[in-house]
Amino acid sequence: MSEYTSDEMMTVSAARALRDGMTCFVGIGLPSAAANLARATHAPGLVLIYESGTIGAKPGLLPLSIGDGILAQTADAVVSVPEIFNYWLQPGRIDVGFLGAAQIDKFGNINTTVVGGDYGNPKVRLPGAGGAPEIAASCREVIVVVRQNRRSFVDRVDFVTSVGYGSGPGDRDRLGLTGAGPRQIITDLGVLEPDPQTLEFTLTGLYPGVTCETVREQTGWDLAVAASPSLIAPPTAAELTALRDLHARSTTA
Amino acid sequence: MAEIVSLAEAVRTAVHDGDAVAMEGFTHLIPFAAGHEIIRQRRRELTLIRMTPDLIYDQLIGAGCVSKLIFSWGGNPGVGSLHRFRDAVENAWPAPLELEEHSHAGMANRYVAGASGLPFAVLRGYNGTGLAGVTATIAPITCPFTGETLTAVSALRPDVAVIHAQRADRAGNVQLWGITGVQKEAILSSERAVVTVEEIVDVLDPRPDAVVLPAWTVTYVAQVPGGAHPSYAMGYSERDNDYYAAWDAISRDRDSFTTWLAAL
Repeated sequence: MSEYTSDEMMTVSAARALRDGMTCFVGIGLPSAAANLARATHAPGLVLIYESGTIGAKPGLLPLSIGDGILAQTADAVVSVPEIFNYWLQPGRIDVGFLGAAQIDKFGNINTTVVGGDYGNPKVRLPGAGGAPEIAASCREVIVVVRQNRRSFVDRVDFVTSVGYGSGPGDRDRLGLTGAGPRQIITDLGVLEPDPQTLEFTLTGLYPGVTCETVREQTGWDLAVAASPSLIAPPTAAELTALRDLHARSTTA
Repeated sequence: MAEIVSLAEAVRTAVHDGDAVAMEGFTHLIPFAAGHEIIRQRRRELTLIRMTPDLIYDQLIGAGCVSKLIFSWGGNPGVGSLHRFRDAVENAWPAPLELEEHSHAGMANRYVAGASGLPFAVLRGYNGTGLAGVTATIAPITCPFTGETLTAVSALRPDVAVIHAQRADRAGNVQLWGITGVQKEAILSSERAVVTVEEIVDVLDPRPDAVVLPAWTVTYVAQVPGGAHPSYAMGYSERDNDYYAAWDAISRDRDSFTTWLAAL
């Protein structure tokens, strides 16, 4: 089981960031795959919360949408959409927000709205905000899962859909954002974490076979590298089996 | 008091050109059949309101029914873009599309304000985001008790709400369960309400966690089994994930979409 893809490495790495017993507000796509992998492996008590109002969902396969029937059928509680945002997310009850991104910048600000041109006349119209702005604002911390390249990792996002650290230290406090902000960006090349002083995202972990130079080439800003970035362990046989089983069940379901 | 009518009659009577229409259903219970009937009856200049436009509004936008969209997430869940929505925003095809864009929390609270008879709702949200700068229905507000700066969003008051539910009884009381999203708020914030249902039954026996909309909050009920497809109705059907994937190719170019539309 030594062969694995960079996407599998990313998903495994993101799953490891979730601890058993945490409450996790899950975005669809890569974050959902990682959160479900964590539940299937080291974190069986992870509480998955989807914006459709499903609290404590235990799907056993990867849902295509955040409102698939399997989420409601396996949830501890199903609440309305106003309730999930107002009672559960807004007061800071949820440990970690698990988000994707189309564009992300060196301060962890996320763009999922428009790319190029301007807002009224964009080159590319993306889906928009969904639940992400308030997840990014109010979860105790945020983890972003996104494939890394120069298109997605930019010096400044074209549009701030969800706030990371704004333009640097002090901004989250000034804006009244109650959560601590993005703790990690987990990509298909490695792991980035904010510098404790500048809050600029810095390369702190590398996957096997990936060099610092490769990661820097795939980053649209002058990426700082930690003094000695950690070498992240490859997926274990158990992790890979669990992830592939999840995918297999999902495509045949 | 709700009247039980055909879907065609409900749409003919309740949905007019130029109306603000909220068709809700959060992934579950999306009122697709009603959307298709609106396309067939060639409604125009609609303002469509919906948290997740989904395929249903992609179809209405591509069909030329829509001049404005009020929304918070316009993608094909788990698949990718809504191509008709993108073509309208990026290229004004088949017509220009005005946007009023929010987050999910903002949209949900706007419905709550509408249902509550209030002019606005308050939330912690939008601070530092670009949305606050481009959307006129988002504004800062100072808490009169703590002095804290929060965000106000204006109430939604659609002319008509359209939803799909599992069941109604013969008096027009409506029952839905599973993921119930923001449907209760959409119905209660709207002037008129159209509900399609999987079945009409003699007695609505209680269901755990069901939302019940009393008949006097609903204008028309129409029986349309499968009316949520390719979305689903818990207890009646499964989400047709293959259709959501297939829509990507159908909607990607104007010709294949136009062929789909002609066959509707």
